Amino acid sequence: MNEFSVAANRSFGEVVIETSGLAKKFGHLMAVDHINLSIREGEVFGLLGPNGAGKTTTLSMLATLLKPTEGTAKVNKHDIVKESDAVRRSIGIVFQDPSSDDILTGKENLYLHALMYGVEKNIREQRIREVLRLVDLEDRADSRVKIYSGGMRRRLELARGLMHRPKILFLDEPTLGLDPQTREHIWEYIRRLADQERVTVILTTHYMDEAERLCDRVAIIDDGKIVALDTPDQLKQIIGGDIVRLRIKNPKLSSIKELPYVVKVEQTDGFVMLTLKNSSAHLQEILGLVGNAESVELRTPTLNDVFLHYTGHEIREADAEGGFFERAARARSS
Amino acid sequence: MKMTELDGLYALWYREFKVFLREKSRIVSSLFTPLLWIVVFGGGLGSSVSLGGTNYQVFIFPGILTMTILFSSIFFGLYIVWDKKIDFFKEVLVAPLSRLTIFAGKTLGGCTDALIQGSLMLAFGVILGISYSVQMVALVMIFMLALASAVVSIGLIIGSFMESPEGFNLIVSFLVFPLFFLSGALFPIDNLPSWLRAFTTLNPVTYAVDGMRGVILGMSTFPVMMDLGILLGFAAVMLGIGSIAFSRMK
Repeated sequence: MNEFSVAANRSFGEVVIETSGLAKKFGHLMAVDHINLSIREGEVFGLLGPNGAGKTTTLSMLATLLKPTEGTAKVNKHDIVKESDAVRRSIGIVFQDPSSDDILTGKENLYLHALMYGVEKNIREQRIREVLRLVDLEDRADSRVKIYSGGMRRRLELARGLMHRPKILFLDEPTLGLDPQTREHIWEYIRRLADQERVTVILTTHYMDEAERLCDRVAIIDDGKIVALDTPDQLKQIIGGDIVRLRIKNPKLSSIKELPYVVKVEQTDGFVMLTLKNSSAHLQEILGLVGNAESVELRTPTLNDVFLHYTGHEIREADAEGGFFERAARARSS
Repeated sequence: MKMTELDGLYALWYREFKVFLREKSRIVSSLFTPLLWIVVFGGGLGSSVSLGGTNYQVFIFPGILTMTILFSSIFFGLYIVWDKKIDFFKEVLVAPLSRLTIFAGKTLGGCTDALIQGSLMLAFGVILGISYSVQMVALVMIFMLALASAVVSIGLIIGSFMESPEGFNLIVSFLVFPLFFLSGALFPIDNLPSWLRAFTTLNPVTYAVDGMRGVILGMSTFPVMMDLGILLGFAAVMLGIGSIAFSRMK
């Protein structure tokens, strides 16, 4: 896990995003419930949560596309409500749904973006070539976006978001629905941006692996509230050990519960979930005490366990519906 | 206006123009209906009807020219609804451009589309035996531009409020057909019953038809310059309302 040691040593600059009591209400639905965040320059910051948790709404407010109901935020020292123009000049945003014009070619889309974002005339061409190379679309630059694959479109969106060298880049579900290879590509790329170009990246995701692999810090968000915020490693510390999952009939749990290295014991239909400190040293003993297990699974905790720990449900449960209602509510109030 | 705003204006126009050139079906479909009117309706009725010594087909030609501009201009607003759907518009709205620039860019794009279609229709007049002078063409172009900028604005205003293409079409149909039929495009407005006359006098599109008929055929109810004045006034009002509508858009 080299990446994490790199991440740990990384130093961040000044605070570039600060929210205070940022809230958005759609009708009765509190989509974003008074969020306080502080994000530093060069950080890759993840908003992790199920669809409908309020991630996209938060992003939209920071990008000045939605007005907060209460509270405000400063992006690059500018107030998102009072100085939205100045905010827009400091940011780039890549939406969840592709927003390129598919009748135009990739290059034309980039050209339009350069014009709209005031990229100087003498560097436009060079900048376009640069970002096309970065996302590996050079040879498809003159094809119409209509015939691009999903992954290519997303890469084009990313390229576009980077054209004007924003200080802050917002990415809404950057790898949603992409194949593993493309995701890997995009992660590397985002990482490089933050490390080398000092771009601050705020992304939303409901993928655990994305949050773990990519983000310096992760805010777990559920029902519009931030329930936990830390580095992925620190967040996993909260679980207090490794997780052992046993498939077992009639487990003898009473003796186990007393052991000093057992953090937590949970029993669900046919399975026993144990959280153990220093698991490898104690696994043998546990197996001896608990009885005849049909199968044993030992793993380090994931952010999914962390999510479960804080919210009492898994990230996937709230999926489709939550997103739908949030979207419907947003459509109505806009 | 800052340089970036001008670049942005150009970008928005450039995009509309590129799309217009690539979507050949847009041009074909928007010219099909007017051609049907002039060839079939005008030709059919013209074979037995003439008005004030002018063949009916030729008489309605300025009206059909108006129709071309009217329909293509107002339906241009539909593309903003599509832009919202494909999220292209979000990308535009989040750009550091003033809402006024966005409105101006869109309007310029729409007027360009409409004028290209109007010019093609104008050229068709030669087949009908109409001969043009340079001044005539220039003046007709000014009329078409004035009408286009007013009606593109109307389309964009409606489009800026609508979320679905169906809703847009519904509202526009209620608007565009009365505007067309009550404009005197298909009949002279001199001897109308008073109720109909009231409607046509109030309809700004009437002055586009009357003015262009005056320029092309030398027959008009009002002085041509009065027609142009009223039309320009109408355009100014609509452009004003359009920029307000856009500046309020989130």
